[in-house]
Amino acid sequence: MAVAEKAPKVVDVKAAEAPWYRRWLPLIGVGIIVLYCLLPFYWMIVSALRRPTDQFDNSIIPRHWSFTNFTDVFKAGTGFGRGLLNSLIVAGTVTILTLVIGMVAAYTLARLDFKFKNFVLAIIITTSMFPGISLVIPLKKLFSDIEWINTYQAMIVPSLSFALPLAVWNLTAFFRQMPRELEQAAMVDGCTPAQAFRKVIIPLAAPGVFTTAIITFIAAWNEFLIALSMVNKKEFQTANVVISQFTGTSGRDQPFGSQMAAGVVVTIPLVIAVLLFQRRIVAGLTAGGVK
Amino acid sequence: MRFERSHTRRAVALTAVGSLVLLVSACGGGDDGSSGSGSGSSGGALEGRGPITFATGKDTSGNLTNQVAAWNSQHPEEKVTVSELPESADQQRAQMIQNAQIKSDAFSVLNLDVVWTAEFAANRWVTQLPEDQFPDLGKLLPSTVDTAKYRDKLYAVPVTSDGGLLYYRKDLLDKAGVQPPKTWAEMKAACDKVKALPEAKSMSCYAGQYEKYEGLTVNFSEAVNGAGGVVVGDDGKPNVDTPEALEGLNFLVNGFKTGEIPKAAITYQEEPGRRAFQEGSLIFHRNWPYVYALASKTDGSSKIAGKFAVAPLPGLKGPGVSTLGGHNYAISEFAKNKATAADFIKFMSSEERQKANIEKTSQAPTWASLYEDATLNKQFPYLAPLKASIETAKSRPKVVKYGDVTTAIQEAAYGALSGTTPPKDALSQLQTKLSTLITQ
Amino acid sequence: MSTSAPVAERPAKPENNKPRRQTSFNEGTGRLAAMLLSPTLIVLVLVVVYPILSALRESLYQSGQRVDADGFIVQGSEFVGLDNFAAIFQGETADRFWNAFYNTTFFTVTCVVLETLLGVAMALVMHKAFKGRGIVRASILVPWAIPTVVSALLWKWIFQADGIANAILGTQVLWSTEGWQSVLSVIIADTWKTAPFIGLLVLAGLQTIPDEVYEAAKVDGANPWQTFTRITLPLVKPALLVAVLFRILDTLRIFDLPFVLVGPNKSSVETLSILAYLEANQTRYGPAAAYATLLFVYVALVAYMFVKVLGADVIGEARAKTPKNNKKSGGRRDNKLEPGAAAGAATGSVTAGGGGV
Repeated sequence: MAVAEKAPKVVDVKAAEAPWYRRWLPLIGVGIIVLYCLLPFYWMIVSALRRPTDQFDNSIIPRHWSFTNFTDVFKAGTGFGRGLLNSLIVAGTVTILTLVIGMVAAYTLARLDFKFKNFVLAIIITTSMFPGISLVIPLKKLFSDIEWINTYQAMIVPSLSFALPLAVWNLTAFFRQMPRELEQAAMVDGCTPAQAFRKVIIPLAAPGVFTTAIITFIAAWNEFLIALSMVNKKEFQTANVVISQFTGTSGRDQPFGSQMAAGVVVTIPLVIAVLLFQRRIVAGLTAGGVK
Repeated sequence: MRFERSHTRRAVALTAVGSLVLLVSACGGGDDGSSGSGSGSSGGALEGRGPITFATGKDTSGNLTNQVAAWNSQHPEEKVTVSELPESADQQRAQMIQNAQIKSDAFSVLNLDVVWTAEFAANRWVTQLPEDQFPDLGKLLPSTVDTAKYRDKLYAVPVTSDGGLLYYRKDLLDKAGVQPPKTWAEMKAACDKVKALPEAKSMSCYAGQYEKYEGLTVNFSEAVNGAGGVVVGDDGKPNVDTPEALEGLNFLVNGFKTGEIPKAAITYQEEPGRRAFQEGSLIFHRNWPYVYALASKTDGSSKIAGKFAVAPLPGLKGPGVSTLGGHNYAISEFAKNKATAADFIKFMSSEERQKANIEKTSQAPTWASLYEDATLNKQFPYLAPLKASIETAKSRPKVVKYGDVTTAIQEAAYGALSGTTPPKDALSQLQTKLSTLITQ
Repeated sequence: MSTSAPVAERPAKPENNKPRRQTSFNEGTGRLAAMLLSPTLIVLVLVVVYPILSALRESLYQSGQRVDADGFIVQGSEFVGLDNFAAIFQGETADRFWNAFYNTTFFTVTCVVLETLLGVAMALVMHKAFKGRGIVRASILVPWAIPTVVSALLWKWIFQADGIANAILGTQVLWSTEGWQSVLSVIIADTWKTAPFIGLLVLAGLQTIPDEVYEAAKVDGANPWQTFTRITLPLVKPALLVAVLFRILDTLRIFDLPFVLVGPNKSSVETLSILAYLEANQTRYGPAAAYATLLFVYVALVAYMFVKVLGADVIGEARAKTPKNNKKSGGRRDNKLEPGAAAGAATGSVTAGGGGV
């Protein structure tokens, strides 16, 4: 810590003279990590691009290129397009609500002093400790009593409850790292606590907020069991449920190719969207923040 | 909205207590509901007409849409909506049971795997059907109708069937000058002759499905039945610790030991097995009819197109015994409009609809006369051996706790095949286990 | 929908307090806290606490296990006290339980350690400024973004007897058979899928560290390892610990991968979640709930230990009202100053959590 106590000086870190391995080792590390992440995904894409009859093939490049798997995914009657839209609605709503509710709760927990605080934190995380498969039947009973079966909220609210604990805990950790003097300074300048939170804290915690958003979105986007159990009408089913319904051309053969194609279709836009948003949001927030 | 500090603790405490009270009362309510049931009456009245739903795994060819459209155009007031379930059979069953647990009327007609019938009937999740209302039952293959009954009462109508077939490399057998085998010994002899051919040197003799899953129960039962043994007797009592059953199991165990069955077959489900056969690494292969069309593809995906044929499964001393597959349609106990549901089942199991179905999906029909149909036989050359397979096929045990029974069978068979349990011990352990499971 | 109403109130309310400004910040906090936390708590109570309580209740009952003379299941459920729990610890079932317990623990320790190492490495890589870092970030995100349903199938296919894994290795490992190889396949697939989760959260932690801190370290002549262990690691610790904690909670409940990749009833990879699932799948809801409850207690204990031993700054903040100094970066170092106080708070919280069960 003694190091960090020193007064900051401006030093050009990057231009520092370094031996060759200091330059190349990180790059090799990057290469290995990227390969590790992408090779299985590559296999997924390649498998999707084979002809359905070639799905067992192990060739590194498809011997016969084919988009049949992709066209099968969007064939009339699969409801995959509608499924994507439903996934977007559910995951989008979950993300927004989780962020709003979670940020308020996290800020409260990070900044306000009150009794039962740790109790509340413990309760919140407790809900992440029960095996999800054991919650489905009671939940289905509950939702069928309040007539929520075949509604969006039947998928949104459970996902919300699975996403909130992580969001609250994570954001609490981030907000707590923000120096308290920031809000105090802002309030001296005439901000209300709410304004101080919005204009000072959130921009500074942007990386944490944004990461929470991505993680929440992906978790909600990937949710399967609840979406499968709470909805039995085609028009509400999410993309994952639709994927699980794919079949081969004849009963027992596994539609591996079209499942992989669907996986690709579901994943790539997600990654691109995250990239675009990341740039814009982080840039926007940090620009507007107090520096 | 001003807040005084002094109230804070109390407020939090009150909120907590309040929510607890709510919860406890909610639980109490649930209790009354579940224990006070008993509404499910045994069979009989199929009343009410109107729209219904049909819960089924997605059909493979899109043909179901046509079938349902045909019904809907004839019955505008009693429209059928398809509720598509996941492809996985386990998840289909789980969804149906979940809906039964909450007594939901979301599913009217259920597409049940043959092995689920007993469980659904015993739990009163499906309605008993009056046999006199289904006059066509006599025209279906009797073995398939049997799968739809529980304790001699009808709970469903069989709409598709399935039986195991022996796929063999006709080209190689012809070259080696051997006939398709009727017994395991003949099959082994045929393998030896074929493997003497230079092009067949690296091939394995035979494989079925031996991964630890439902397919293993099927293959184990076929081996035991094919040797004259039983897993569960006609009297409903397990009787698997017998010399016959041991001989059946040993057919598989020795196959693995001698390498006639490739080592990798312990991981085979239907698809990896099909692949091995299509790649030309198996001489004989036990699988379902679906393989026929895929292995015949001439687009280069199958190396054996035009080089194989099918025969009934072999056994120890004569023709073998297949395990029966297929699907039965039943009516949910909690459904509305059961009269419509019954009509829809009759419609779907009619000769005309079943014919349309096999033409599009190649799923085996239950209607006996369709197996004699000349055009169908031309389109599906395996119909004759398939009929023989289904007619002599044995059902898997019709027990309420089928899940436990099949798990026990898989446990025993997998242990024996992977060499961790001696076959004799595996069978006696299985016998003990089944006795406790089935007396219940 | 009950959630949206309280949410809407949020921005309106504190603004009413405008004239009180600074004082309102720390006064009436309990009430305010209750207000602000209520949306979160309501959602959790509705969707999680209720099912958990009803599952706990279920674990004391048995139903649908007896068949009457006509072959029908006897309806209704019967209170059996702790019988469902006792049955787990008897005979063969006990062996199976402890095996699953061991597997669960083994997967958790192995996977979380690997994922943490990999995740931190990923975060450091992603944080580095270099050309094409956008691509690198995207590729690291990919495994986490693929739906579990699909990625489990993908790995199953990769690990088939004649799948690509064996083709690359040039041998025939039967991955789905009992033994080390099935365990390894689950670990590989799980690590691949979730290391990015830790990577993302740690990256966010890294991004909140101001450059000045590193520059100061540079001036002081700290080598990269010292910079990492003395600056980076302590400063990302809160984010890292939250990430690891949630990974632990998740991995303790691991189900999909062993189930899909290797299959049910394989003792090498059978976990507690699988046992609970298998019981429920046989409609033995009482015993299934008993397994779920035991798993729940185990998870809670592990979380308690984790927070107590490592997680002091994750939740503890029983102090820190007084400003430490005027430097902007000063507040960040608060965490390190009073570990004792923080640990105390953490202990309190988890004890409370135990009481909440």
